[in-house]
Amino acid sequence: MNQKQSVIPGDIIATGDYRPEQNVVLVGDKLISTAIGFSETSADSVSVIPITGFYTPNADDLIIGKVISHNALSWEVDINSYYPGILLASDIFGKDYSPSRDDLSLKLTIGDIVLARITGMGSRDPLITIAGENLGRLDSGELVKISSTTIPYLTDSIIQTIESSTNTSITVGKNGLIVLKCDNSTGLTKAIKSIKMIDMIRDSNSMEEKIKNFLDEDN
Amino acid sequence: MGGREANVVLLDENGIRSDGRKVNETRKVTIKAGVLKNANGSAYIEFGGNKILAGVFGPRDVHPKHMSNPDTGILRVRYHMEPFSVGERKKPAPSRREIEISKVIKEALEPAVMLENFPRTAVDVFLEVLQADGGTRCAALDAASVALADAGIPMKDMVCACAAGKAADALILDVNNEEDQAGQADMPIGYMPNLGKITLLQLDGVLTPDEYKKCIELGLEGCKQVYEIQKNALREKYFSSSDNS
Repeated sequence: MNQKQSVIPGDIIATGDYRPEQNVVLVGDKLISTAIGFSETSADSVSVIPITGFYTPNADDLIIGKVISHNALSWEVDINSYYPGILLASDIFGKDYSPSRDDLSLKLTIGDIVLARITGMGSRDPLITIAGENLGRLDSGELVKISSTTIPYLTDSIIQTIESSTNTSITVGKNGLIVLKCDNSTGLTKAIKSIKMIDMIRDSNSMEEKIKNFLDEDN
Repeated sequence: MGGREANVVLLDENGIRSDGRKVNETRKVTIKAGVLKNANGSAYIEFGGNKILAGVFGPRDVHPKHMSNPDTGILRVRYHMEPFSVGERKKPAPSRREIEISKVIKEALEPAVMLENFPRTAVDVFLEVLQADGGTRCAALDAASVALADAGIPMKDMVCACAAGKAADALILDVNNEEDQAGQADMPIGYMPNLGKITLLQLDGVLTPDEYKKCIELGLEGCKQVYEIQKNALREKYFSSSDNS
């Protein structure tokens, strides 16, 4: 069983023996939505996929962030969330990092865009890392910001469709930031418009077809 | 006929009020969600002659830092009347009444908003009364609830509000400015309809215990009507093209 319905905060999705998952609370025996979105009811659980709101950091999420400041031990990165991401200096300099010897500004400066991964929640803010394949500073490309709730609609197949049609390389951060690289300005403009269109439509049923039609125009 | 100003006809012999409504009828309410581009969430409400804008920011850093709570987020509400919102120019500085209404709206919203998910942050709600016509605290609370949902702040339930009261010795729903000034009682009620909990209850005036109970019942009926309009406002913004429920 998998019923999907549009919900707003306070809507009772189900009553009875279900497990409340993402954006659902259990009050008495009522499973209540806490967000605007689409509810999904499976055999034993209920969840809501939100369509508005902000990015909530989760471990292993691939995100794109902007360095906003640093202190002696770490960089603070804007990850389009209500908490900044913390990139520890030891993540780049290694365990023998010394604040007196190593200069953080040589590696990353304020305004740099980085592709990073959330490693977990620190004692206060989420910790991020740029140690890993393809992670690190992004030196070129166009940064596009969309709602993080649109990201689930950007499926691999839609991204491949846009990439192949516009000759663009697209890197999607789960936090709603996207970097597009393209040598051709027309292709880049079209790819950006496609992404913005997905942010507007948010309808998984007809999305791919609409994007294909849009990309086929003028081709 | 009771009241403080004897020359105002609040209820005629046919049971029709000064603005043409029946005793159990609310004024016309329209709500629009997502009207401000730069706020995280917003709403505009017209509740009879009241016109109110609500804007929500957050969760975001708390300034000054000492106000932040390591265990939970905090909710801050500013209710403000524009100088041109009433007949005689209102001074723009926060008045004693505005500070009180900001506090009661904050406390009416807090049971619904799941601030515990965002320690050390603040959610700010700004309520600007553009035009006042009695019952602004209820209308502002209705708009604030829609704006919070629009901002994606997790909420256990919407909060809807409507006043009931007593004028010309009759219990009435949705007290307007005239009835507030010349009537016998005004009882604003805030309500979480799905959880069945009252989050705001004030009473200005005198009611018998029986009238008090009936007034609450009447007010809750009004709240439920407003709740339907709140739901429609959010559905219109988010599901008008792809509703599959």
